[in-house]
Amino acid sequence: MSKIIELKRVNKWFDKFQVLKDIDLEVAPQEKIVICGPSGSGKSTLIRCINRLEEHQEGNIIVDGTELSESTKNIEKIRAEVGMVFQQFNLFPHLSILDNCSLAPIWVKKLPKKQAEEVAMNNLKRVQIDDQALKFPGQLSGGQQQRAAIARALCMEPKIMLFDEPTSALDPEMIKEVLDVMVDLAKGGMTMIVVTHEMGFAKEVADYMIFMDEGKIVERAKTKDFFEKPKSERTKLFLSQIL
Amino acid sequence: MNLIAKPSKENIKTYVPIGLFLVSLSFLDVFINAFFNFNLMGFLPSQLSYFLPLILGFIGFYLIRIEFSGVRSLDVLNKNINSNNFNALLTLFTIFIIIKSIPPMLDWFILEANFAGNSKDDCTGNGACWVFIKVWFNRFMYGLYPDAEQWRINTAFLILFAVVGVSFFVAEKLKKYFILFLVFVFPFLGIKLISGGSFGLEYVESAAWGGLSLTFIISAFAILFCFPIGVILALGRRSSLPAIKYISIGFIELWRGVPLITVLFMSAVMFPMFLPDGTFIDKLIRVLIAITLFEAAYMAEVVRGGLQALPKGQYEAAKSLGMGYWRMNALIILPQALKLVIPGIANTLLALVKDTPLIFVVGLMELAGMIGLAKTNPKWLGMAMEGYVFAGLVFWVICYAMSRYSQNLEKKLSTER
Repeated sequence: MSKIIELKRVNKWFDKFQVLKDIDLEVAPQEKIVICGPSGSGKSTLIRCINRLEEHQEGNIIVDGTELSESTKNIEKIRAEVGMVFQQFNLFPHLSILDNCSLAPIWVKKLPKKQAEEVAMNNLKRVQIDDQALKFPGQLSGGQQQRAAIARALCMEPKIMLFDEPTSALDPEMIKEVLDVMVDLAKGGMTMIVVTHEMGFAKEVADYMIFMDEGKIVERAKTKDFFEKPKSERTKLFLSQIL
Repeated sequence: MNLIAKPSKENIKTYVPIGLFLVSLSFLDVFINAFFNFNLMGFLPSQLSYFLPLILGFIGFYLIRIEFSGVRSLDVLNKNINSNNFNALLTLFTIFIIIKSIPPMLDWFILEANFAGNSKDDCTGNGACWVFIKVWFNRFMYGLYPDAEQWRINTAFLILFAVVGVSFFVAEKLKKYFILFLVFVFPFLGIKLISGGSFGLEYVESAAWGGLSLTFIISAFAILFCFPIGVILALGRRSSLPAIKYISIGFIELWRGVPLITVLFMSAVMFPMFLPDGTFIDKLIRVLIAITLFEAAYMAEVVRGGLQALPKGQYEAAKSLGMGYWRMNALIILPQALKLVIPGIANTLLALVKDTPLIFVVGLMELAGMIGLAKTNPKWLGMAMEGYVFAGLVFWVICYAMSRYSQNLEKKLSTER
């Protein structure tokens, strides 16, 4: 099967500190991958490289047949195909939820306003906050905001969704409503790369688990194998601490 | 020191009436003294009678200072203006000064001022000579613009006010056409109407323009142009392209570092020397460009403050949706950043309006300049006070209106936070 994301020997430094070391990663369409690891292990940086919110210095990143390079055109093309959900939601506070969702389709995909709003409403319905469409982000709970952020990303009809610790900034009771939406999305066949510590979610949807430490991929395994018979000592230690 | 008991809830019934009586007595004394020139305490030795209101008021305030008295209005009073001896004194001083200063002000402005007449000789009272303003009013408004053509200025401003007025009442959808008209069509239409030279209108050179209408014209154009230039400079200063970044920094620091008066002087005197022979740029236009670029540098720094206050996540979210640099800034970053710095923008624009009188150095006379000119007229010597009070009032009204507008805008736009 052809790969939708390929990373080949990717290296990245912040000044002199190397955050990513020889990362190789391939993701097939519709695959769901969960990345876990201690903080500072480079997992967020890794997925942020995939839509070039961070720049890598060595190696190749190819997304859906387009190589990420200096070319602004390529970068924008890839970003329009790759949805991203952030830990801090990053909704646009000066726009209503509906406008948050319809803005990019109107201005980037050049959809007519009416059609864009229709798409937005459908996606808001999908994450079950269509009744909040006309409110502003500041009026919503954290869980609702994160679901709105997911809907906003979905409105661009991305082929790939990246999740950067989507539940880490949420109150415990709101985590479930966001995870439910993500499970739903996974079952719909979306290609997903998720950085999270929610191991229950990982067990439920992930095809592969990736464990990172100190900028390296320490272990990549099928979800079942990863939890039942992890190979590396580092993974075992990590799992024993969070499970 | 227990001659008198400390004011408390027990003696509230006796202390509060006595205290209030003393405080009112002190106010009454100062009031009568100021307005009717009669000293209630005149029977006392002069120094004592001078300080008596202060002493009486002070004792009165002491007596009514009862904590948690249970009387709401008394508590509010004590908390706000009578929380301790020092504050009581300050309160008394402030109120006395206000009472004392009202009668002379009233006299100068109205009671003893002269309104009737046509020349300086008609001003016989001790107060202001408003005749001066009345006689020169036309010049203060229109400068040396020919009387017969002044309808053109009036029409231009009437159209402006009419369009602005109507735009408040039209549907949201039409509003943007009104704004486009006001920003892109009207300024040039208005300036054509005022300067003339075509459509059968007599040409009036800009040297004849002046007065309040020139204040408005210069302010309006400078505001209109300095704002977008400032925004672009602010974005430029934060650009990742070194060339653009350093050009922006250089521009901003250069213009911010020079006094406006020298900039104006250079624009009028030095600049023409560098132009090739035969080319001529109108003085007003040169001055306008100078003021615009000067204020744009300030505007840029204000806007940059807003840009820096935005969380990085807003940039990342916009980028992750595939927005390019210009879309990201126009749709996501600037609307939020500009909203954050509305007070700073208002500040800069107010300063701009108040800087316009400086154009006198190049011989252009807006309101304050016209007044400066009028007061040196041999027939009207000694009218500086009236003239500058008038100018001050007019500028205050303009600036206060702008300040209110910016506050409204802030309130209107802040609903979502």
